[in-house]
Amino acid sequence: MKDRIPRQKMSEQLPSERVKNFNEVPKGFSEETAILEAERCIQCKKPTCVEGCPVGIDIPGFIKAIKEKQYTDAIKIIKTTNSLPAVCGRVCPQETQCEERCVLKKKFEPVAIGSLERFAADWEREKQPLPKETFPSTKKKKIAIVGSGPAGLTAAGELRRKGYDVTIFEALHSPGGVLVYGIPEFRLPKAIVQYEIDQLTNMGVELVLNRVVGISETIDEIMDKGYSAVFIGSGAGLPLFLNIPGENLLGVYAANEYLTRANLMKAYRFPEYDTPIIKGKNVAVFGGGNVAMDSARTALRLGADKVSIVYRRSRAEMPAREEEIHHAEQEGINFELLSNPLKFIGDKDGRLCGVECQRMELGEPDASGRRSPVPIKGSEYILDIDLAIVSIGNAPNPIIQRTSPGIATTKKGTIVADPETMKTSKRGVFAGGDIVSGAATVILAMGAGRKAALAIDEYLTTGNW
Amino acid sequence: MHKIIQNEMISANVGRMVVEAAYVAEKRKAGQFIILRIDEKGERVPLTIADADPSKGTITLFYQVVGKSTRHMSTLKAGDSLRDIAGPLGHPTEIKKYGTVACVGGGIGVAPLYPIVGAMRKAGNRVVVIIGARNKDLLILEKELGAIADEIVTCTDDGSYGKKAFVTEALAEVQSKEKIDLVVAIGPVPMMRALSRQTEKDGIKTMVSLNSIMIDGTGMCGGCRVTVNGERKFTCVDGPEFDGHKVDFDELMARLGTYKSSEKTSSDEFDHTCKLKGVFNER
Repeated sequence: MKDRIPRQKMSEQLPSERVKNFNEVPKGFSEETAILEAERCIQCKKPTCVEGCPVGIDIPGFIKAIKEKQYTDAIKIIKTTNSLPAVCGRVCPQETQCEERCVLKKKFEPVAIGSLERFAADWEREKQPLPKETFPSTKKKKIAIVGSGPAGLTAAGELRRKGYDVTIFEALHSPGGVLVYGIPEFRLPKAIVQYEIDQLTNMGVELVLNRVVGISETIDEIMDKGYSAVFIGSGAGLPLFLNIPGENLLGVYAANEYLTRANLMKAYRFPEYDTPIIKGKNVAVFGGGNVAMDSARTALRLGADKVSIVYRRSRAEMPAREEEIHHAEQEGINFELLSNPLKFIGDKDGRLCGVECQRMELGEPDASGRRSPVPIKGSEYILDIDLAIVSIGNAPNPIIQRTSPGIATTKKGTIVADPETMKTSKRGVFAGGDIVSGAATVILAMGAGRKAALAIDEYLTTGNW
Repeated sequence: MHKIIQNEMISANVGRMVVEAAYVAEKRKAGQFIILRIDEKGERVPLTIADADPSKGTITLFYQVVGKSTRHMSTLKAGDSLRDIAGPLGHPTEIKKYGTVACVGGGIGVAPLYPIVGAMRKAGNRVVVIIGARNKDLLILEKELGAIADEIVTCTDDGSYGKKAFVTEALAEVQSKEKIDLVVAIGPVPMMRALSRQTEKDGIKTMVSLNSIMIDGTGMCGGCRVTVNGERKFTCVDGPEFDGHKVDFDELMARLGTYKSSEKTSSDEFDHTCKLKGVFNER
């Protein structure tokens, strides 16, 4: 009978309105909608959805609690294995994880697990905050976490719960890593990230900001200061470029810079905030991932007349989440598909004024399994643009590896870590998240942080490496 | 928060700030820099560490008053605070025995030379310092550098103090008297460009310290990219010092002008607010 209730949709800001502000686009479920959606879950005895969750949340458990209006129980269930539910409810690719495996999907639409997770987290934060939990330092052992992104925050939370003294070292002036510098306000409000981090500091996690491990201090030096184990979660913070002529013209940004200016430094509120940003009228974003969508939608909100996503394959091959592509289309982003940039063109002052592109067609599948783009001869054309944002991915940040030769790395520069324990080649040092996997998702990084925390506990309990 | 111990203007447009930053004071090496943020709304400002006192836990910074942030810095007083200081960042200067090292500084670039001069001398080099400015009022640190260098040559573009010469001419004159094994040059881009071209002809290794526009300082944003020997380098983590003979100075110069109009907006806005608050009237 339950399948008769259709999958509930979140109300959203209208596209015409939201392109003028940085407020969050989906507004979240109301209590009634959440209960209705929770009723759709058939409470499988062997829930396949949980297998699809990198941190193994008891999904039927928390959905049942929502159905019974026990919202505090719901968030408690989620928080046993996920310390950042308000974040995950917003940015996880549920459609390829938990919701992909939902049995309802075979005949109907899957349960909106992500939206329900967000509901439980928002309810807790806005209406019924959980009482502060204190965790005594029973273990009397210090653990250093490098980087306060999703991997580091998760590892920190897990280890603190187990009674370790945890210190997070963060290079920037605000904690959160990619959650604060990368993901825009309209997708993940910064106040929510801060709330989740406050929970960790309330638990007794120490946060040291403005500390760039790998430059001012090596991993060995940290271990010499009495830390029994180190977890490296320094992320994929090294922007890739197109390597075509004109890429250093004024008006060509790496997406990391563009988004960091807009998000971390709040350049969208310039001059109230001091950091400036180039506000293009005709903008091209190169790439087809979530970061490209974020950049394009940010440019629109900063007042661009026309924003194009230039992507060398077709819409079907785009790595971005369907929801992000959909939102971008709704907002009027132009999709310049099967097109590849050849060179940037500058004016006499070195400012960007155009880009020469070439049309592509799809050929045979490549190593990634996607059909590879093949250039069409003689199809070159010029797009007039005054702002370009290169969003073709990130390589691992190299600064720790440079100064810690004892930690084995791959050819790509990622740190080698055991997939189950996240142990590196150096005793006492663990690593996880994008620094190990290469650029991936928030939830996979969190999964790695959780695995590492369990392995660190085992290592420090048994002494076995 | 980092308490300001001392803050004063030492020339017409250069301020000197001593500020608490115990970790940086302990860790820093010559040639490294910090990134500061004055307050919650502030931008991230990279500045070279000119000096440090680990026993007091303080560092000394010099800043040229050019835009909003540096103007704001110039209004701060002892007892005020800076919200953030991250560092030390960047590779330290490669200090070793070269023989005779000429340390050439122009304008505000004279300040970051100070720790390098000290370290180069300590490593057993003979150090000749050449400093220059447009005029007498803009010259800084002559006395301090004079006290630690083997020899100091001071010049101004207009001849209002010292030799009437550019630093390039002063260096040529030093070269005519003795063999120089290494040049370290820090200053405005046109100065570093001219000097590098000159020393390239003479085959003298020349290190320059670049002041690219930067945000995070960890290699994450790519904003500080420069072309060195045809390759893309990030000033923050690959530099800030590079072989002057290989840097594309023209591109660097252009990129430094990216935010010219925004800088004016920001600065005008600051003036306006300050007038309302009477900040400048108090001084």
